[in-house]
Amino acid sequence: MLDYLASVGMRAENHRPYPRFDLSREAWAELTTTLAAKDEWSLLGLWADTGIVHMALRDEAAMTVAVVSLSCPEGRFPSVGGVRPGAIRLERTIQDLFGICAESLVDPRPWLDHDSWPIRLPLSADPPDPLGQPEPYPFLPVEGPGLHQIPVGPVHAGIIEPGHFRFTCNGETVVRLEQRLGYVHKGTEWLMAGRSIAEAGKLAARVSGDSTVAHSWAFAGAVEAAIGTPVPTRAVWLRALMAELERLANHLGDIGAICNDASFAFMLAECGLLREKVLRVADACFGHRLMMDRIVPGGVAMDLPADGRDAILDMVREIAVAFPPLVRIYDEKASLQDRTVGTGRVDGGLVHRFGAGGHVGRASGRGLDARLGPGYAPYDELDFSVPVFTEGDVNARVWVRIREVEASLSLVQQILDKLPDGPVHVPVVPVAGQGMALVESFRGEIMTWVAVRDDGIVTRCHPRDPSWFQWPLLEAAIEGNIVADFPLCNKSFNCSYSGHDL
Amino acid sequence: MLKTIARNLLRGPATMKGPEAAEAGVEELASRLDRAARIRLGRSLSIRQVDAGSCNGCELEIHALNNVVYDLERFGLRFVASPRHADVLMVTGPVTANMRDALFRTWDATPDPKWVVAVGGCALDGGLFKGSYGIAGGVGAVVPVDLHIAGCPPRPIDLLAGLVALVEAAK
Ligand code: SF4
Repeated sequence: MLDYLASVGMRAENHRPYPRFDLSREAWAELTTTLAAKDEWSLLGLWADTGIVHMALRDEAAMTVAVVSLSCPEGRFPSVGGVRPGAIRLERTIQDLFGICAESLVDPRPWLDHDSWPIRLPLSADPPDPLGQPEPYPFLPVEGPGLHQIPVGPVHAGIIEPGHFRFTCNGETVVRLEQRLGYVHKGTEWLMAGRSIAEAGKLAARVSGDSTVAHSWAFAGAVEAAIGTPVPTRAVWLRALMAELERLANHLGDIGAICNDASFAFMLAECGLLREKVLRVADACFGHRLMMDRIVPGGVAMDLPADGRDAILDMVREIAVAFPPLVRIYDEKASLQDRTVGTGRVDGGLVHRFGAGGHVGRASGRGLDARLGPGYAPYDELDFSVPVFTEGDVNARVWVRIREVEASLSLVQQILDKLPDGPVHVPVVPVAGQGMALVESFRGEIMTWVAVRDDGIVTRCHPRDPSWFQWPLLEAAIEGNIVADFPLCNKSFNCSYSGHDL
Repeated sequence: MLKTIARNLLRGPATMKGPEAAEAGVEELASRLDRAARIRLGRSLSIRQVDAGSCNGCELEIHALNNVVYDLERFGLRFVASPRHADVLMVTGPVTANMRDALFRTWDATPDPKWVVAVGGCALDGGLFKGSYGIAGGVGAVVPVDLHIAGCPPRPIDLLAGLVALVEAAK
């Protein structure tokens, strides 16, 4: 892939650690045709800046990553949504935020813009006034005998983020689900642009609260790549420690919550207790239950206290004893298995076409993990494997989490065993540059891209949450299932609304 | 599974009674809240949570109120599914422009007497998201707020303390 891109584009300077190539319009159009034939080149992200569109790609065979860019002075670029359907919502977003048009985009409806902002095209150079009389959002038309629609949201019945789901059903069976998201769009990318690295980092930590550690790491990694900051080794290991604690807490919470959505409250109670133990240890060691703002460009904001190691090891031992019996209970309860096995199946081909990662990808045979490919420190010195299942149902997504809980317990121990001494932070001396980082959150891989000026101002940051490539698959997962199984399917995905809506 | 249940029964509840002062406070706060609610409302308190634009961090801690350590339900405090069943709207996040209508309509559907508790730094004035085109403001910019619980996100114990203060102060 790198050779091909080098032959059609111009290598740009100051883009690290992966190369970036400027393409001509023809080369971009040709690349979209090439993509149709190159299944192993997957989409990592698609975002815009003033007058330019960037696309990140990964060659899954060679495990190489590159960014290609097309400047579009006329405000248009050839859409890639036709060959990489995961790009469709990203292109709709680029149209909403920048007014750069994706030509022949299969679904050109607005996405994040609900006609409620005081300006339009907020990230464009010169945002116009809002439309006076907004049109109602055109949901996809459905026709046929016996069909009825159930609109749900944006305010849902639980303690959950807002979004709208439009179910079309035949009796109990869901014929189609259409999502409408964007309700928690906060203008995060707009806020980040023009801020100092430290301020933008605080916003990155709040892209999706449940993956605050992973998002902070991805942001820090991108900034450090852009300006070439060497991060102290101890800080790198502490980052991994926090990331694994975050993974542990979230997976435990999810396993309980999925079972609870199958009316098996016992599991929620047991797993909720284990999750609480993780959060308390995180609080005791790092002063924040979710470890927010603890990873910062240049290292970590605080060192592990003297008694931190023992506190974490005690917690790990406790969970290592309490968790296996719960797994057996999950596996042996026929009434629970009846709900999760075969429910909300996602086809492996679809997962690949959308480039979905995390538990959604791994439950359907796609075993990518940014910790291993392209890989980053300190995971090259740690021993773990990535669980892959092929059934693609709710049960498989539960099992991915179970195996990852076990892996994270081991990783936390390994990290504490090998934790090197030394400083945990170096000052960040700004230099102009562009950087990118891939970090595996509990939900899948985060790709963050930043452009920094030499005075330390972030001119553009795009944090791409894994949810972008998972949300569309939920629409496929529920098809043919009964409405009552939607909460179960939704929870087994557990996509982030905030991470997606930004 | 029966073994686990039996062990749990024998071992007693996982709830509170930890060494930390904060943990010990949970029990006291929760029972004070239940007492106050019964006096003011003649029954226990029903809470409807609305995310008006949060990063989902606040939701995680509100969820924790339901785990066996805090276990709000044993005091009769419940999270309910409909605003029509609620006494308290617990609202998180800066209110996004895209959620403004939905929040107002949820508030409007909640019968009087009702209280609004704004949770988290964002809910006060938009927090870090202040000034964005996508934000209508804090919760107070859209519905009247009776109490603000600070934190990013507030710890479960702070949420509990906030609810106590709210109900004890209610007329
Ligand atoms: S207060 Fe903090 S945790 Fe809560 S929604 Fe705002 S940023 Fe997220």
